[in-house]
Amino acid sequence: MSSLTVNLKCEGAQGFTLNCALQLPLQGVTGVFGPSGCGKTTLLHCIAGLRDPAPHSVIHHGEDVWLAGGVSVPTFQRGVGLVFQDDRLFPHLNVSGNLDYAVKRRHSKPPYSRDTVIDWLGIGKLLLHGVSELSGGQRQRVAIARALLNGPNILLLDEPLAGLDYNAKQDCLKRLTLIAKQTKLPMIYVSHEIQELSHVADDLVIMREGEVTEHGPLIELAGSLESSLARDSNAAAILQASISGHHSQWHLTELSIANQSLWVNALPDSQISQLRLRIAARDVSVTRSRASDSSILNSLAVTLTAMQPCGPGHMLLQLTLGEQFLLARITRKSADQLALQPGDKLFAQIKSTALLSDQGYNE
Amino acid sequence: MLMGAEWQAIALTLKLASVSTALLLLLGTPLAWWLSRRQGSFAAAIEALVALPLVLPPTVLGFYLLILLAPNSAIGSAWQSITGSQLAFSFEALIVGSVLYSLPFVVQPLQQAFARVPPTLLAAADTLGAAPWDRFISIVLPTTRRSFLVAAALGFAHTVGEFGVVLMIGGNIPGETRVLSVALYDQVESLQFAQAHQLAAGLLIFSMLTLFALYRSEPNAGWAIKR
Repeated sequence: MSSLTVNLKCEGAQGFTLNCALQLPLQGVTGVFGPSGCGKTTLLHCIAGLRDPAPHSVIHHGEDVWLAGGVSVPTFQRGVGLVFQDDRLFPHLNVSGNLDYAVKRRHSKPPYSRDTVIDWLGIGKLLLHGVSELSGGQRQRVAIARALLNGPNILLLDEPLAGLDYNAKQDCLKRLTLIAKQTKLPMIYVSHEIQELSHVADDLVIMREGEVTEHGPLIELAGSLESSLARDSNAAAILQASISGHHSQWHLTELSIANQSLWVNALPDSQISQLRLRIAARDVSVTRSRASDSSILNSLAVTLTAMQPCGPGHMLLQLTLGEQFLLARITRKSADQLALQPGDKLFAQIKSTALLSDQGYNE
Repeated sequence: MLMGAEWQAIALTLKLASVSTALLLLLGTPLAWWLSRRQGSFAAAIEALVALPLVLPPTVLGFYLLILLAPNSAIGSAWQSITGSQLAFSFEALIVGSVLYSLPFVVQPLQQAFARVPPTLLAAADTLGAAPWDRFISIVLPTTRRSFLVAAALGFAHTVGEFGVVLMIGGNIPGETRVLSVALYDQVESLQFAQAHQLAAGLLIFSMLTLFALYRSEPNAGWAIKR
């Protein structure tokens, strides 16, 4: 499989030095996560050729050399799509004109049509509008459409949803997730919000002060106690589930994870058969026996694989079901009372509503 | 009423202003673009050179141009051997003088406008596959087109109104170098106040209307002169 290989040194604006060596697959969505000012944007700008890194830096895109030994392919010849945090629509062109600008200069003919892209992003009614008439969410959707229509060989997204309100953000995320699946276009998605990346990313790169600290499949990192993600008070595991049935009499949808049932508030009956769940560690508790007299609907049989202290009064547990991981944050007192040991067979109780608060859509 | 000689001076002035404005836009655009993207002493020196006509008495510029274009100078003799005619006291010399004299009036509004084009938009165009020249045509020109109007109007009006440089390097040859302002000076010298009034008032009204139209359409155009 071909990959994007970067080996970069670059002085950042905030006094750090970007110093990273990465090999990113040219397929799927790679999320780049880290606090603001850790060098994520500098990394993207170097890949796009908008910034000149220090000598001896190298960027290979598959077989193509973009940067090496004094050779630097200029940005406009790299065929990199970049969606900026600010939409950067051209103010002298209307929406349609902005899209045509990209079509006219496209790098290669994309496998989707202009109309399809307009449909994906729901901007059909905006085509004749001036860009100043658009809301933030609309502008960003147009910017994404413009980048897609340029026929890029890789799409870089630099905090594309940072300035949007909650609803616009959720809407854009759904669309981006769908687009990633439909186009199979490799994407690098930069964000300082792990929730956002949980929706779309396949792989995750975690950065801190200009350096890459972790890199791996998102689901593995999210379920690992070693990852810095586990140290966050919002730590959450990500699980893949399939829809096994809709039960209209209870207004619930039944999901299947590792041959076990999980009940969630009724999902719209759609074509989606697979979906991604984000389950916060603080919404999971454990019992030694399956409680039959509890109002908690979801109780999954799991194995305790690892545990570690989490703050002064809590323990973080890693629980496995099949190949997947759940995290649970419980008090140390509970852990002592239950005398938990790795290898224990337990039942994880999940509040049904916790599943819905922040779920991704995966087709 | 205006007589043949005056009409001739008016026609010559308009011709001079039109040719000069066209040349000014041609030369001023790349110069303004370069200045808008460069910092440092060299760019500052060029910027000061361009701005000199704003503060220098026109006679100073005219005097040096006269020396530069005289038949015994390098430029003057080269011109004479190519064209067979003298450069000083010719229409061509007036064009050279006008272009230099009106340069800041064209370069400064363009430079200001170019500097206001967000680099972020140019970077976006870059990622969309637009080469540098394409970016200038497709992003810079359309977003600054009103400034070209301002630059052209100021350059044109300023050329129509010039006197000192013209007198020094053009002299007063009817149909060749005798422009409006020089004709007006002649009339005042020979105490023909009635005709002088016609020309002076005409020039005054023309300049007033040009500037009025300019500020109506572009309220911020004034900085180029106020600066």
